[in-house]
Amino acid sequence: MVGVGSEAQKYVWEGAIPLQIHLHESEITTLPSPEPALILAPRIGYLPLLVPQIKPYFSDTLPPGVDTVWFDFKGMPLKWYIPTGVLFDLLCLEPERPWNLTVHFRGYPGDLLSPCEGEDSVKWSYINSLKEAAYIINGNSKNVMNMSQIDQFELWRSVLNREMEAYLRISSKLKLGIVGEDYTKIVMSPRQSNNEADSVGPSRAGRIPVRLYVRNVGEYTDDLEDVPPVDSWDRICYMNKPVEIQREEGKILNLYDAIKMLLPEFFPDEPSIDEELSKLELEDEPGIGGSNLSDPDPDTNTVRKTELVTVKNETQLYPSHPTGKSEIKLVRIQGIEPKLDIPFSWVVTNLIYPEHFLHMCVCVGVSQDPSKTS
Amino acid sequence: MSATDTGSSRNALCLECDLSALSFSRSFRSMENLSRWDGTISSSEFRIAATTLSEKWKVINPEFPPWTWIDSPKPFWVTSSKVEGYLSLETYSYKFSSDNVDNTQAHRNLIDTLCGYRSSCQKEEPVDFENEEELVDSATLVLNDDDQEELHHYDFHIVYSNSYRVPVLYFRGYRSDGQILTLDEVERDLPANSLKVLRESKWTFITQEGRLSVRVSRSQALEHPLLNRPWYTLHPCGTSEWMKLLFLGGYSQAKDGSSSGSVMQQYLVSWLSVVGQAVGLNVPLEMISDFHRVCTI
Repeated sequence: MVGVGSEAQKYVWEGAIPLQIHLHESEITTLPSPEPALILAPRIGYLPLLVPQIKPYFSDTLPPGVDTVWFDFKGMPLKWYIPTGVLFDLLCLEPERPWNLTVHFRGYPGDLLSPCEGEDSVKWSYINSLKEAAYIINGNSKNVMNMSQIDQFELWRSVLNREMEAYLRISSKLKLGIVGEDYTKIVMSPRQSNNEADSVGPSRAGRIPVRLYVRNVGEYTDDLEDVPPVDSWDRICYMNKPVEIQREEGKILNLYDAIKMLLPEFFPDEPSIDEELSKLELEDEPGIGGSNLSDPDPDTNTVRKTELVTVKNETQLYPSHPTGKSEIKLVRIQGIEPKLDIPFSWVVTNLIYPEHFLHMCVCVGVSQDPSKTS
Repeated sequence: MSATDTGSSRNALCLECDLSALSFSRSFRSMENLSRWDGTISSSEFRIAATTLSEKWKVINPEFPPWTWIDSPKPFWVTSSKVEGYLSLETYSYKFSSDNVDNTQAHRNLIDTLCGYRSSCQKEEPVDFENEEELVDSATLVLNDDDQEELHHYDFHIVYSNSYRVPVLYFRGYRSDGQILTLDEVERDLPANSLKVLRESKWTFITQEGRLSVRVSRSQALEHPLLNRPWYTLHPCGTSEWMKLLFLGGYSQAKDGSSSGSVMQQYLVSWLSVVGQAVGLNVPLEMISDFHRVCTI
């Protein structure tokens, strides 16, 4: 469905995080110190895009020099090309609002962060990710590379201004539809087909662009507030890990299955996905399992945010590691902890970021040799 | 290849596996299949090809720093010994390479060889690419005439991309005192043609279809996927396409498909012969001829 979007997609596009941004004390040259800047940061946006709004708060107090803006959270330099919503989900496990960040206009940590020259760099990074996603889905990036200048411009502008309908209209031309309209089958574009949209066979292999962030919360899992902040990216494992799907018609891959494919180490001695699926009847979830993005009926199409949040009465969501010590504690996507029996295609369609990657933040509890993490 | 074999092989390409036992996932067993190949390789094929590149490089290019296999840092939750890794060539100096007077000639030979693939490819396979000049243009190196200028060192890593299923070149330059070079400084060291390509394609992508060229977007500091640090890279989105053309061209001269395993082993050598030009890292002619010979056996 072009240009309309589901209700869940609207939540994603409208999602924002209130930020309270402090200037780093080393850059304050006037008294009294400037007040922190309060600003609403779009989840799907990127921190450098906020700089034009933030700068006026601090420009009078900055020491002389050239601006090289970067942010940190409790001392950890923030990677600018990771969407703000992902940074929040990953680094602020017990969500604080406003989220207190520190901005620096000097002393760019070039050994840790890629250089960023403002919006231009962010745009370049965005298109690069989009190309990568297109390649994963279609086996080539031609649709992205052959976009007209106007479409490139409009696409970026729609992301910048959070205009979901404009975005959906343009991005639909890229033919990056990851899943079919019908959840009873996973319809994928074959990797090397020229007419991928038309040739849909009964059984298809496909790849879904997933960016996985894995953070070890160790033993501090009973209360997320007790989890100490991360101080280095070396303590977070993040990677692009396409989910390979080869499903037969009539079977539904759900979020649980996808996580199992991404992190098989946490699912020892599990029955195969097929066995799992036969056990797992989705009929008790008609509101989600049966919902369809192209379904114009609002009653079946509506998926309220609350329905997606896992109720914490399930004592054991994921299997424990054989040692009894390693397990998945939390999976957070777009600020929510989706139920694990939601069809993965629904998760992908509704919760992807505008570069067509699904960013999944996973917290695991692994007790281990401390030397490996430090 | 058992998990134990790979786990114990830090800094060494320890691939004692029997190649014939490997199932090449995209069925390389016949010419017919090769023509349907999409130009990508699997991570295990990458590792095999890495061994070949490393060994050949050592023999043919002993005066250069070696390509060494480095195991990636293992994710903290992984307890198995199955690890990924990458190829690394460090402390390469452009001064060193530009002093080599044979460089340009070797380069031309390389181009001739590659163009040879191209013409044979045209004869037998009506593959849609046309522009010979693409490659010839890239044969120029920027020679730094200023002897006073200090030496720049470069580290190159070849990392397998799970997204693109091809090798990706990451590199960084630094001074003798360890200070990292800026993009501008790196661009001054790069061969003239690559500079041109890199500059023009920052946002307007190179879109000529089917040309056998190093299709790069602007080389930019991105994160090294295994080291979490900014490195420069050449964009891999066109790699599978031109690798396919390169192999079809070379392979179409083969009489049968029996040497397909060898062809896969040659993947990285062939890949580097093209990609290396963009960063002034030249693959000696002998390595390519060897590939040529493999193909024509």
